[in-house]
Amino acid sequence: MAAILLSGNEAIARGAWEAGVAVGVAYPGTPSTETLQNLVLMEDVIAEWAPNEKVALEVAAGVSMGGRRALVTMKHVGMNVAADPLFTLAYTGVSGGLVVLVADDPGMHSSQNEQDSRNWGPFARVPVLEPSDSAEALAFTKLAFELSERFDIPVIVRSVTRISHSKGLVEVGERIEAEPKPYEKDAAKWVMMPAMARKRRLDLDERMRALTEWAESDEGPDTVHEGSTELGVVVSGVAYQYVREALPEASVYKVALGFPLAAERIKRFAASVDRIAVVEEADTYLAKSLLAMGIPVEETSLPADGELSPGKVSSAFGMGEPETRAGIEGLPPRPPLMCPGCPHRGAFYALRKARATVTGDIGCYTLAALQPLAAMDSCVCMGAGIGMAHGMALAGASTEKKPVVGVIGDSTFAHSGVTGLMHMAYNAGVGTIAILDNRITAMTGHQGNPVTGRTLSGRQNRELDLEALCAAMGIEHVTVVDPHDLAETERVVKEEVARDELSVIIMRAPCALLLKEREAVYAVNDEACTACGACIRLGCPAISSVEGGKAFIDVTLCVGCAQCVQVCRFDAIEPAGPACDIGGV
Amino acid sequence: MAVTTVVLAGVGGQGTILAADVLAKVAAAAGLDVKLSEVHGMAQRGGSVDTTVRFGEQVHSPIVDPGMADHLVAFELIEAARCLRFVRPGGRLLVNTRIIDPLPVLIGDTERPEGLEGALETEGAVFLDAEQLACQAGSPKSANIVLLGALSTGLEFDRGQWESVIEERVPAATVEVNLRAFELGRQACIEGECMR
Ligand SMILES: Cc1ncc(C[n+]2csc(CCOP(=O)(O)OP(=O)(O)O)c2C)c(N)n1
Repeated sequence: MAAILLSGNEAIARGAWEAGVAVGVAYPGTPSTETLQNLVLMEDVIAEWAPNEKVALEVAAGVSMGGRRALVTMKHVGMNVAADPLFTLAYTGVSGGLVVLVADDPGMHSSQNEQDSRNWGPFARVPVLEPSDSAEALAFTKLAFELSERFDIPVIVRSVTRISHSKGLVEVGERIEAEPKPYEKDAAKWVMMPAMARKRRLDLDERMRALTEWAESDEGPDTVHEGSTELGVVVSGVAYQYVREALPEASVYKVALGFPLAAERIKRFAASVDRIAVVEEADTYLAKSLLAMGIPVEETSLPADGELSPGKVSSAFGMGEPETRAGIEGLPPRPPLMCPGCPHRGAFYALRKARATVTGDIGCYTLAALQPLAAMDSCVCMGAGIGMAHGMALAGASTEKKPVVGVIGDSTFAHSGVTGLMHMAYNAGVGTIAILDNRITAMTGHQGNPVTGRTLSGRQNRELDLEALCAAMGIEHVTVVDPHDLAETERVVKEEVARDELSVIIMRAPCALLLKEREAVYAVNDEACTACGACIRLGCPAISSVEGGKAFIDVTLCVGCAQCVQVCRFDAIEPAGPACDIGGV
Repeated sequence: MAVTTVVLAGVGGQGTILAADVLAKVAAAAGLDVKLSEVHGMAQRGGSVDTTVRFGEQVHSPIVDPGMADHLVAFELIEAARCLRFVRPGGRLLVNTRIIDPLPVLIGDTERPEGLEGALETEGAVFLDAEQLACQAGSPKSANIVLLGALSTGLEFDRGQWESVIEERVPAATVEVNLRAFELGRQACIEGECMR
């Protein structure tokens, strides 16, 4: 079959499918999300969105225990959430192959931190495979399933943004039907209570020893590119490509199995060259490991943070820099922004009016931290907005003049906000939580979630009833409001923050990108506009400030949410005339 | 054969990713090794979107450093200026004359930069009004394919290869419009209508 162009994520989905995977389960997260979105399109596979990564891994563990192959995918921070089952699944091992894709984001293109997921290998004692391009993404995913069953262990495939979101040519193959393994009761393997876990702990070391032996053998997946003996570089993942490009003369040892390392092979390679260096981004995982093996790794001037590139590698090795142009200075930045008609804009408009300190969370609404709304005070991790609102109140930082409001999106609430709210309800917390229910997981590209009831395979199932859920926690004050209605939202916020009790405001309006039909759009009446700037401060991309500070609405961008109409005190924003020829240039 | 690098730069929603995909598939159909790198995520919400396509006998890195690209296809003027540094001296700069104000300009925090066309022209840029040609082709949404048509005059792929990938890659109902858009972009460059 001819090679086709696949992204790393598409290749991983394809590799899992070819390996006969029965179930894929995940919570979305950039840059891992498209993997399951591709897998669900393939035949004979069940693919599901989970409310969070821990649940995803637990479902996969059940599939494995039930004798079938399972794939779990997540972004790097997802593994923090899923770490609890991961560590113990290393003890239990598997029945059907269990593979976890973890996609890191060095440089933080769309993440709140950098984490090097190779470290889960030695920490949890699970093998880590590191593809360096799309072709390896497919091959290593298949290999991961084989290793998982052969060595009775879950296997991590570690990707990064430049693997997951880069495309390359891949030879695809056919699906092998993995035979289901009948479930047999085996408490010594699956019930990890101390007496049994202690035995499995020793067994885990045995399995790791066997795996290391395999890695050291000719069958092991690491490879060597033989170049000059003057310089040898040990490298893994996408950095391999940068090294081959930047240092074409060098000998290169490509680590495919990041854990456990084939120490003897690496030592032999190190002995075959005059100088030995390591190239890696995000952490000094390999360098530390090689030093521990007694290999005199050279120091390099490679940056400790962010992404590498061929240029960074060549300059660190004194290979010179390419000639560049001077560039043009003074360009305005282009930050991402809330779309025209985004309901979150109304929510934060009201919160700002109430002078609220907002402990926020992660989602499209985090953009409210930027100008001109500048209405969010913190963003740490999914779910943190609720716990931190309670903590701020305990610290006495929530006052009548500056009340603290915890803000969280619908998907994030289902992911890990429920437990925070339960904590507040249980501990008689005082404060207000706003759930921004835009009926979708918008940030990562519009996935369904338990609140929407829409599944990955496109079925409409039960919707999580947020009002009933809050009521079941015993929360008495639960109000639903449409955030596009600014006056009402402002009124509700003011009323709820004034209470000496726990209250929840559900701000409900669908994401603007979900609306199929546009409302009538608006235009500014130039004569009535006083250039007061009130509508401009909403930060809507459809509204700009033109000569003399007057407002102008781009009808091609306006979706008719009418938030600006409500903030204009001069009635200067009116329905635009009959739809103009949008395409006409 | 040396590796050729094309950077496509624009704003979320302009169709840079589809254009990059078409280019990569054309290179693959010509029997070359190809890599394409894109960054989405936060960038989708109206942020800058840069995509890199590299092709040749063997391509290692999916990304490049400043000074390493042979072609820049800029879908927007500010992004053209921002990505200029990626293009090697002597490389080709193909710039759409459209300007999309970023939020700091919209809300009046910063001024829209002036004189970008002039500065880019000094660097050797060639300009074209892709939206206008796209409308002529039948839809303003085909501006990305107009730009590919213009790019194609500087690359050695057959016109037939481009056309068959476009046919396969764009929605069926828009094939004709997009093929016309490709042709208009091409002609604009061949006939020197790409304004210097
Ligand atoms: C543990 C973890 N998993 C996944 C992500 C990626 N992620 C960031 S926000 C988000 C969901 C946002 O959805 P929602 O809360 O509904 O807000 P919206 O974007 O729709 O406004 C996801 C999946 C993450 N940051 N952390």
